[in-house]
Amino acid sequence: MNLATLSASYLRARPLNTALSVILLALGVATIVLLLLVVGQAEERMQRDARGIDLVVGAKGSPMQLMLAGIYHLDAPAGNIPLTAAQALAKHRFIRKAIPLALGDSWKGHRIVGADKAYADHYGAELREGRFYQKPMEAVLGAEAAARSGIGVGGTFKGAHGLGSEGDEHEDAYTVVGVLARSNSVIDRLVLTSIESVWQLHEEHQQPKAEAREVTVVLVQYASPLAAATLPRQINSQSELQAASPAYETARLFSIVGVGIDALRGFAAVLILAAGLSVFIALYSALEERRYELALMRTLGASPGKLFGLLIGEAFVLSLLGVALGLLLGHGLASLLGAWLERQQHYPVTGLEWRPEELWVAGIALGVGVVAAIVPAWRAYRTDVSRTLAQG
Amino acid sequence: MISVRGLSHRYGAAEALRLPDWRVAQGERWLVLGPSGCGKTTLLHVLAGLVRPSEGQVEVAGENLLKLEGARLDRWRATTVGIVLQALHLVKHLSVRDNLRLAQYLAKAPQDDARIDDTLGALGVGAKSARRPSELSQGEQQRVAIARAVVNRPKLVLADEPTANLDDASAATVIDLLAEQAARHGATLVVATHDARVKGKFRERLEL
Repeated sequence: MNLATLSASYLRARPLNTALSVILLALGVATIVLLLLVVGQAEERMQRDARGIDLVVGAKGSPMQLMLAGIYHLDAPAGNIPLTAAQALAKHRFIRKAIPLALGDSWKGHRIVGADKAYADHYGAELREGRFYQKPMEAVLGAEAAARSGIGVGGTFKGAHGLGSEGDEHEDAYTVVGVLARSNSVIDRLVLTSIESVWQLHEEHQQPKAEAREVTVVLVQYASPLAAATLPRQINSQSELQAASPAYETARLFSIVGVGIDALRGFAAVLILAAGLSVFIALYSALEERRYELALMRTLGASPGKLFGLLIGEAFVLSLLGVALGLLLGHGLASLLGAWLERQQHYPVTGLEWRPEELWVAGIALGVGVVAAIVPAWRAYRTDVSRTLAQG
Repeated sequence: MISVRGLSHRYGAAEALRLPDWRVAQGERWLVLGPSGCGKTTLLHVLAGLVRPSEGQVEVAGENLLKLEGARLDRWRATTVGIVLQALHLVKHLSVRDNLRLAQYLAKAPQDDARIDDTLGALGVGAKSARRPSELSQGEQQRVAIARAVVNRPKLVLADEPTANLDDASAATVIDLLAEQAARHGATLVVATHDARVKGKFRERLEL
């Protein structure tokens, strides 16, 4: 027998009160952990996908839409820009790398991206199988796109117009010539083909002249930090072009989403405080009933400090159970959410990852539980043994 | 063993309770008799170091209790005194065995299952060690309370109205068991009671 087993045996004798406190604390901790995991992983993923890209250049419209469509392939692009404008950018002395992309079609929810090999190289994506495309209507699948579709090298598929699955199918079929290894970047979810393929498919019904060819966005890497000061303004002054900074737009996106995240965080904090209150009420209301038990322990030689420690110990055991359950629950929910999001082809989320902030959450939740026990513990400390026993 | 001189105690604004001078030798068995409210419980609590008297000298087992404070007094009580209370006050959520183990733990004595079994066996409740107090009869609970009071081999056993809730046969048995257990551990025994049924049990009596 020790303080912990003594505390635990008392908690076992009151399963309902114990369960209420533990569950409230667990829900609060789980909510915060889930937020930490989802937000943290989304931020990391977005940073990774935007690494090395200082600017997205595309048609005039919303800069956030431009970023979402051009880098993350989450939104539809606003329109196209002339190929000549993209070629002019590539020659600009402030620009080290300019990767033009032609978007517009998809296959089973995976974007078909017309780009040259520089795009795959930018994300360090390497071939796992087959070769890179050389002719129009050849395609290379990202790792996830390949796994989900079940098609390998030699397979064929028809792209659909637009980004949903409802678009009209194009008549010409792509032939898969290669599959990429997993790169843990946006490339995994994409289907890559040459820009010429995209042009060929769309010229069928439009027949434009060669000089009117278009691309959708150009991903730009600066040659020097100085470019940040002048280049965006310079591009935005051209009537048909718009430049969006991923760093700035991501920050703006998170500040908008952040209101919702803050609200959830506040809700979780309320849950944790409610758990603290529940610990307080459970211990405090039981004091009257336990007066004799506590006085008895004094007659057996327990010091007042021991009784104080006993009640704090009970709160600690409660909180520890709540925190452990909350961590499990948070990671479990993140895994469930991840499985669901994977089917929706959004960003991947995993529950099999720990974040350092979770230590803080655990510490604070434990602290709240223990602090809630201080007043009841103090009353136990002050038990007047003789008077309590004389009344019994 | 026990020496009490000039003792009086005042609860709040009430009139002070005066207690007679009293000496007890090691191994003696005493009954403290008197009606309710005469100070029997107060005297026992003073002897156990649970109450500090307003005035007077108290020496128990060679210690001047007025000089012991705080944690040292608690330690002294845990190792020197075994207490049996009127309302049994076993810890409800602990088994019989754990109630005795609690006494060993709080006295910082080794947690010795063999001694617990031996003590329970001597009181005829050895078979009940895994039970909760609520599963025991009143008489059995009182036996467990006695077992817990003697498990640490105290020099002094104090019992406050130990027979109040018991029938005639059990009342006599409990007093006999207390005497027997005190003798077994060489302890001095002081039983406070107003129970006429047990008045004749011991030769030494203190009338309050």
